[in-house]
Amino acid sequence: MRTLLLFFIKHRFFALFLLLEIVSALMLVNSYSYQRMLTFNAVNDLTGSILKTSANFKDYFSLRSQNDSLAAENARLRNRIETSFLNSDSTASASGRLFRYYSAHVVSNSVNHRNNYIMLDKGSLLGMTKEMGVVSSQGIAGIVIGVSPHFSLAMSLLHQNAFISARIKKNGQLVNVKWKTDDYRFGTVTDIPSYIMLAKGDTIVTSGNSLIFPKDIPIGTVVKYIANQHRNFNVAKIKFCTDFNSLHIVYLIKNLMINEQTNLLENRIP
Amino acid sequence: MTNIYIKHGLRFLILVLLQVLVLNKVSINGFLIPYVYLLFILLLPFDTNKNYVLILGFFTGLTIDFFGNSLGLHAAATTLLAFARPVVLNFLFPKMEFLPHEEPNIGKLGLSGFLKYVFILVLINHLALIFLEVFNLHYFLSELLQVFLNAFFTTFSIIVLVILFSRNRIRYKR
Repeated sequence: MRTLLLFFIKHRFFALFLLLEIVSALMLVNSYSYQRMLTFNAVNDLTGSILKTSANFKDYFSLRSQNDSLAAENARLRNRIETSFLNSDSTASASGRLFRYYSAHVVSNSVNHRNNYIMLDKGSLLGMTKEMGVVSSQGIAGIVIGVSPHFSLAMSLLHQNAFISARIKKNGQLVNVKWKTDDYRFGTVTDIPSYIMLAKGDTIVTSGNSLIFPKDIPIGTVVKYIANQHRNFNVAKIKFCTDFNSLHIVYLIKNLMINEQTNLLENRIP
Repeated sequence: MTNIYIKHGLRFLILVLLQVLVLNKVSINGFLIPYVYLLFILLLPFDTNKNYVLILGFFTGLTIDFFGNSLGLHAAATTLLAFARPVVLNFLFPKMEFLPHEEPNIGKLGLSGFLKYVFILVLINHLALIFLEVFNLHYFLSELLQVFLNAFFTTFSIIVLVILFSRNRIRYKR
């Protein structure tokens, strides 16, 4: 012990280097798994407000395209309200509401890193919590992993830890979606049962199994189906519905019955 | 004496803001990002205490991490750069003598010397960065070309930045 101490006193430079690297490594291990990211991350109002100032400038230059996409979404929603249908089916009552949507502006977002994050300008003061879903007007975008009073931080779908439970829309088969860290426009569908053939243009949607996302939110469309002869499961390349490079306004989705659902899941296993 | 603290403090502020507000969003050919904030550590005076350089490297990296939500990643890689700096300087310029507070810039090292100095340290930083980010040796090897490209890109951006600012100073003197 004494010789070790003497060694470190003699080589102070090297000891300090080791110490700083160990501190960094301790912080870094928290980014290698989704569960650890949830409990430990660095969302704070200071970096949020600096990034917001810069985002305000940039938003100004894309007002037109933002308006266009919002108008398109309005039209789509108008088609779905009750008056758009001849025989309105009113079995879904307000008391049975499962998900609530909140709109938010994107403060910072990236697509060029291997782990990308989206920062949003709504935080815990407005009721945002961890593990809320984030969707754009086109499709799924990410999952909230941390909140500060005025901001929330979401793990983008473009993240090594993102693993989304999905469904093939035409036949309801369960699959999973991952991002292969190469191109922000494309993702990979894994675990496709080998007897299922996918054609170009087939839609992949959220499964609704995850408590985070409602079902049937678009994720992407198939661009290439890759049959693997040696294994029972095939993969496919999809083009994401969300254009991650031009995210401006997104929706946060709150599951209003999450406590009830998690209680039920926990009690099932004694 | 205080002058030098103000100069380096301002340089830190400008480089960090440039990095997190502008350059982190640059994406040329997918993943190439110029990490010019490293210039702050590269241009610290020769006679700065080695331990201080390490600590400054750590906190510079940590600041970048706070903005990019990558806690520990840049801190680790920039600390490594700060650790390698005296070694690389000794290796490249073993016989050079320095005045107090003199910086390792183009005027002192010459363009080719400065290029070598910047590129070697940037490459060390980027290798650590990618390895820690993917933490997977197989994937790391397949990314090696990308790392070299990114190191060239960062070095190029740093040289452009340095030349722009030193030309300004010459014009100012006239």
